[in-house]
Amino acid sequence: MSAEPIRMTYREACRQAIRDALSADPRTFVMGEDVGLYGGCYAVTKGLIDEFGPDRIRDTPLAESAFVGAGIGAAMAGMRPIVEIMTCNFSLLALDQIMNNAATIPHMSGGQFAVPLVIRMATGAGRQLAAQHSHSLEGWYAHIPGIKVLAPGTIEDARFMLKAALADPNPVLIFEHIVLYNAEGDLDPGVSEVDIARAKIRRPGRDVSLVTYGNSLPKALDAAAELAGQGIEAEVVDLRVLRPLDDATIFESVGRTRRCIIIDEGWRSGSISAEIAARLADEMFFELDAPVRRICAREVPVPYAAHLEEAALPRTADIVATAKALVRPQ
Amino acid sequence: MSDKVHLDHAHGLTLLREMERIRRFEAKCVELYQAQKIRGFLHLYDGEEAVAVGVMQALEERDAVVATYRDHGHALARGVPMGPLMAEMLGKVEGCSRGRGGSMHFFDAASRFYGGNAIVGGGLPVAVGIAMADKALRDGAVTACFFGEGAAGEGEFHESMNLAEIWKLPVLFVCENNLYAMGVPLEISEAQTDVFRKAEGYRMPGERIDGMDPVQVEAAARRAVASIRAGNGPYFLECRTYRFRAHSMFDAQLYRTREEIALWKERDPIARLRRWLLETHMISDHEIAELEAAIAAEIDEAVAFAEAGTLEDVADLERFVLMDEVPQ
Repeated sequence: MSAEPIRMTYREACRQAIRDALSADPRTFVMGEDVGLYGGCYAVTKGLIDEFGPDRIRDTPLAESAFVGAGIGAAMAGMRPIVEIMTCNFSLLALDQIMNNAATIPHMSGGQFAVPLVIRMATGAGRQLAAQHSHSLEGWYAHIPGIKVLAPGTIEDARFMLKAALADPNPVLIFEHIVLYNAEGDLDPGVSEVDIARAKIRRPGRDVSLVTYGNSLPKALDAAAELAGQGIEAEVVDLRVLRPLDDATIFESVGRTRRCIIIDEGWRSGSISAEIAARLADEMFFELDAPVRRICAREVPVPYAAHLEEAALPRTADIVATAKALVRPQ
Repeated sequence: MSDKVHLDHAHGLTLLREMERIRRFEAKCVELYQAQKIRGFLHLYDGEEAVAVGVMQALEERDAVVATYRDHGHALARGVPMGPLMAEMLGKVEGCSRGRGGSMHFFDAASRFYGGNAIVGGGLPVAVGIAMADKALRDGAVTACFFGEGAAGEGEFHESMNLAEIWKLPVLFVCENNLYAMGVPLEISEAQTDVFRKAEGYRMPGERIDGMDPVQVEAAARRAVASIRAGNGPYFLECRTYRFRAHSMFDAQLYRTREEIALWKERDPIARLRRWLLETHMISDHEIAELEAAIAAEIDEAVAFAEAGTLEDVADLERFVLMDEVPQ
C-alpha cells in the first residue's frame, strides 16, 4: 500500500520541521531576528508565533553574538534551542560564540557540558542580493572540530534533518540555501526521519561521480540528465553532511566510477571541495582514471548584476563540459 | 535568605577563610609555576578576592556561575574542591576539566560552574542563555556572571546587557573593575569610566561598591540577588578593585607605578578584615593561626592529590570533541 506523495516547498518543509520540534519538546524554542512578528526573513517561521506564542518564537534584537551565545548557554543549562541567523553572512558576528564556546566547551570542560544547540542559517547566492547576503560559508564552518554541519539539498532533508539535529548532543549548524526555499517536491509519506551521518547517492551512474550539496545538487542532477542523453552515466552524490564528512560513501562511489568532479558554491581556495579532493588523493589515488576536478564559485565577492552573479557560480553547463572532458578526453 | 549581612563570629571567619584560601592557593601556584610544574598563562586574582567571596555568599546551590580566565578565586569561593583545581593546574586527568582547560578554564558541573572563559566578554551571552533556561526550568535560580571592566569595550557586553533586561532574565552582572584591561588604563579606553552607569542605558539597576571589602560586596550582592529572585530582572554591580600582581606571568607592569600598587595594597581586603576582626575581638590570634594551619593542610593535600594524579591517555585526545550524549 502506498499513500499519495505529499507535495510541498523546501520552505514549508523547514517550517513543518520546526512546528514538529516545538510540539514534541517543551524545551525547544526558536530565537532570532524577525522570526516572530515578521515571520522570518525568508518566511520560514511565518505564522508560528500565532501557534506557539512569543516566548517560543522569540524575536531578538540585532545582536547575533548575544543571541547565539544565549542559545549556547540555554542548551548547556537544559533547553533545546533552535537559533536562526538570517543569513550565514551575519553569522560572522557570532563566530566567537560558535567557535570559542559552542565548539570548544564540551572538550575543554572534559565532557562535563554538552551544547545541544541547533543553528539554522540561510546560505548561498542566486537572488541578486550582492556580496553581503550571498556567500556560502558552510565550508568554513566545516573546518571546526566540535560542530556538525548539515546542508539539506532536498525537500526530504529540509523536512527531517532538524529532528535528527535536535536529537544530537552536539551543536549542529544547518545551512538552508536561499534559492531552494521555493523549490517544490514530493515527500514520501512512508519516510518520517533521515540520518545526519551519511552522504546519499541521488542518481546512480558508472562513468563519473558528481559530488556536491545544497543548491549545486539540482544543477548536478540536471547535468547528469543532460549527460545521459550523450551516453555518459554520471553518479550524483549528495554530501548532506559537510562535517563529519562521510568518506566511505564518496570513496565507494569514486571507486566504481574512477572519476570525480566536486561542485561547491563556496570559493575554491581552502574549501570543502579542496578537503574532499585531498582525501581522494590520500586514499583513492590508485583507483582514479583521471584527475579530480572542482567546479566552485569564482573567487570574487558575489556581485549584484544578474549576469555577473551567474558567472560567479557553478553552472550546469560547466559540469556537463567538465564531465565530458574527463570521460572522453580528446 | 536575608539580604542583610550578619557579621558574627562564624561569618567573619568564613569570609576571612575563603579569601585566604584563594590567596594561598595562588601563592602555591606561583611556586609550582616557578618549578615549571604549571605552565601556560597564570592570571592571579591576588587583591581581588573580596569580590568573588562576597558575591558567592549571596548565592545558593541552585544558582549558576560564569567566570573569566582569572577564575581561581571564583571556583574556590563557589566550593569547587581544591584537589581537582590543583590537578587541573598540573594538567592531570583528575583535574576539574581533565587537564584540557588549565588555569583559565575551570569547569564544574556539580556546582553549576560554567567555566572560566578566556575570550573577554565571551561569557556574558552564555550567562544570559543559562538564565533563560533557568527561568523556564529552575524557578528562582540566578546566574552570577563575572567579567572585568575591559569587557565593557566589547559588543557582547552591550548586546548581553540589553537581552537580559528586555527579557527580564535572572542575571547578576558583576564587573570586577581593576582599572586595567591588561595594561590599558580605564580612563584611556572608556568614554564612561563609571562602568555601572552603563547599566542605566539598559534601564538596569546598577551600583558601584568597594570591591576591596567583602562585607560591602556581600551586602550589595544580597540586595541584588533578592531583587533578581523577586522577578525584577538583571542587576549590575561594579566592584572597584585592584590586582596586586602582574596581569599574567609575562607582564613587566610598565603601565602603572609602584606607588599606586603600594597605595592599593594598604586596602588589602584580607589584611583589612583580619585587622578589624582582631580589633573588635571577634576572633583571636589563636583562631587565625588555626585557620591558617587548616588552609595550609588543605593546600598540601591538594598538591599531593595533583602530584599523584595521572596524565590522560593520548588515545583519548579527541574524546568529547563530539559528545555521545548530554551529561545527566
